[in-house]
Amino acid sequence: MKLNERSLAFYATCDSPADNTGFLYKRGERHTAYHRRWFVLKGNMLFYFEERESREPVGVIVLEGCNVELCDSAENFAFAIRFGGAKCRTYVLVAESQAAMESWVKSLSRASFDYMRLVVRELEKQLEEMRWGLAGGCGGCQGPSGSWKLKSSVLEQAPERLPALPAVLPKENGCAVWNNTPGVHRPPDTSGSNEHDGEENPRPPPLPPRRRASGSEVGSTRAAGAESLSSFCQLHEQYGQEVARLRQDWLER
Amino acid sequence: MRYNERELLCLARQPAEKAAEILMRLPRKGSVLKKRLVKLVVNFLFYFRTDEAEPIGALLLEHCRITKEEENVFSISFVEEPERKYCFECASEEQCQEWIEALKRASYEFMRRTLIFYRNEIQKLTGKDPLEQFGISEEARFQLGPPQQ
Repeated sequence: MKLNERSLAFYATCDSPADNTGFLYKRGERHTAYHRRWFVLKGNMLFYFEERESREPVGVIVLEGCNVELCDSAENFAFAIRFGGAKCRTYVLVAESQAAMESWVKSLSRASFDYMRLVVRELEKQLEEMRWGLAGGCGGCQGPSGSWKLKSSVLEQAPERLPALPAVLPKENGCAVWNNTPGVHRPPDTSGSNEHDGEENPRPPPLPPRRRASGSEVGSTRAAGAESLSSFCQLHEQYGQEVARLRQDWLER
Repeated sequence: MRYNERELLCLARQPAEKAAEILMRLPRKGSVLKKRLVKLVVNFLFYFRTDEAEPIGALLLEHCRITKEEENVFSISFVEEPERKYCFECASEEQCQEWIEALKRASYEFMRRTLIFYRNEIQKLTGKDPLEQFGISEEARFQLGPPQQ
């Protein structure tokens, strides 16, 4: 099977940050002698070089689907990268100290794309849940409804387009008031500072009345709201309109 | 470069994020478009002859550029050799856009940036580091490093 080796070699040697590097002894496949190699972990690829200064890796171990285990081999500080499947190989590696071994076992066991994806999904979920919390009692900082800008400094630095957040998110202002009590000190973060040009209110405007669970058309959607994204979109629309009306009021005062 | 081919072949058999029969052309001179089964699994794009179980090849999708070419066509090239393009001709513009979107998100490095972004956002909102609960806040891979080109 062909592999884009030149690109792999580039990935291994370019200056993108490595997730771990160091010397390890690697046991050969056919012969049981150990060879000391310079290892570089980037993402889910474990590259190994003959020498630290070598310009190209001797080889790479693709880490998807592996298990990393401590080894009871005669050597100290040994651990193994084991793959499932009948004919799949086990790589036995030996570190030069306890600390190095632990560091490698930790970073290798979290190196898979799948693991990264799991963590990302979990954080995405947490973020979404927080945005839900916003719908319950929005403060006054936003732009005209439908064109809220996400003023995160991280966004401004990101060289490429961002991950696709759920459809509702881009409408929200990333600096909305998360705490509902007026006057609470906001974290001193420039990206979080609410600056809506032209609005001069020195103190946060009064919050809209909290909706009661039994209230009007929102009531029924609210109960199911936590479950259904389409209900959330409706809720979001409703709040958005109310907030736009309120904003109109404040601007006129 | 040696690599663990068996494991990679195993990966090629995993359920794909995306798979389709697409016309593909390699970046070799005189290469023509050929129908291939193209399969995206984690950060690898495998390509098979349509009647074979083992892939002809695999592309690791790190440091690559996905470019829209003419209608229905996109290409993959790698940062160190931008003129060498793997070309893909889809059945429709819609399919083409879907693949471009999927491939742009398919790298480990993209996931890492996404994670760092979310981590930052959550930290800003709550004052707490969401990675602490997983015991991974100190891991090198999750740190906000210098901006990369």
